Amino acid sequence: MVNVFKSAVALAVASTAPSALAQIGPLEPGGKLLLTRGISSVDGAGGGGLTPWALITGNETDRGVGATAHLSHVRVNDFSLTSYGAAIGLRDRLEVSWSRQELDTREAGEALGLGESFSFGQDIYGAKLRLIGDAVYDQDRWLPQVAAGVLWKQSDEPDLVRALGAEDDNGIDLYLSATKLILSQSLIANATLRYSDANQGGLLGYGGLEGASIQPEVSLGYLVTRKLAVGGEYRFKPDNLAFAREDDFMDLFAAYAVNPALTLTAGYAGLGSVATFDGQRGVYLSAQIGF
Amino acid sequence: MTACWIAAPALADVPPGEIAVTPYEIADANAGADPYPDDRLYIALGGEDGVARIIDRLVDGVTTDPRIEGIFAASDFVRLRRTLREQVCYLAGGPCAYTGRDMTSVHADHGITTREFNALVEQLQFAMDAEDVPARAQNQLLAKLAPMHRVIVTR
Repeated sequence: MVNVFKSAVALAVASTAPSALAQIGPLEPGGKLLLTRGISSVDGAGGGGLTPWALITGNETDRGVGATAHLSHVRVNDFSLTSYGAAIGLRDRLEVSWSRQELDTREAGEALGLGESFSFGQDIYGAKLRLIGDAVYDQDRWLPQVAAGVLWKQSDEPDLVRALGAEDDNGIDLYLSATKLILSQSLIANATLRYSDANQGGLLGYGGLEGASIQPEVSLGYLVTRKLAVGGEYRFKPDNLAFAREDDFMDLFAAYAVNPALTLTAGYAGLGSVATFDGQRGVYLSAQIGF
Repeated sequence: MTACWIAAPALADVPPGEIAVTPYEIADANAGADPYPDDRLYIALGGEDGVARIIDRLVDGVTTDPRIEGIFAASDFVRLRRTLREQVCYLAGGPCAYTGRDMTSVHADHGITTREFNALVEQLQFAMDAEDVPARAQNQLLAKLAPMHRVIVTR
């Protein structure tokens, strides 16, 4: 099953990439409708907040180039996560991203023997290729926009994450995402399958008790106006560390496109148990600028 | 008298204020999508008067939008407003027939891009905002228009 998934992603990418990107002509900026570039996920890929979507970041169309930068902050009971980064979208087809995540352990750091407010993090490099479908225009078809992506993650505390029981200090997530705008119902929906061995998204290393597995993620949003979407996401996660149970992530969000350059998102994040600290929930804030 | 009507039907059929066009087969299918089965959207758009005001605002918008004004430079605006009113009324489930040309041939010579297509969508959204059309109804109309991207955008 896992090998089939990996082969399917590789084959689809290899067969779609060359023809789609080799169109002739100068690149022009801008052109997407408000909100249709998505926001920036904490992993740096364009999408929802927790999940990469099939949308390509940036305001560009198939004739152009665009880019976004984001700053996001999740503050739950005992931890704070900051994510910032940038991404480029080419021809509304290919997305390349980088994101830096930093986890502040605040007072939990002391209890974990790391020291109060001990902070550590990871760098995440991503690439995503849109394969088929059009989330916005294909309103007379059920076919969603489908994209395949890869996220390469490197922890900056190899000794720490191994001491916590992780197999590795770096890891690769592979994902397939399907996104569909359903204009007749003012809905936006996304479903993602992610093949990953990341513990707490990679902040606590990669692998441990078991190897990588395929985890589903879903998002659903309602378009209140052309500038405002509200919704929620649910992300299943692996649970591979012996010392602490890992729960699924969820969020409820409101994303507001102030203008074509700026999108602000605020919401509620429920992260479950993190490093033995149960019931982690709090606020999620994100700002994304782009062209 | 009768002979005269038969001899020059195209000319006689030109509505007031419009420029005569090359004859073509008139069919609702030229509207580019199937209409909604009931008139709820048509009512939400404000009926005949609401649609007329939306189209007037739309045409004013696209002809002053620097991104796309050039596309409409040679248009017969009397005919454009009438056929757009008919198209929106028809698609929204209103009591109208569409008598304009099909979407492929009317846009074929314009070399329209996705950015330009979206600029018109935006002007339509501004027009509907100005008429206080609820976002839900706006999106229902856009759902009918969005797939036309496939034939309208040619480069």
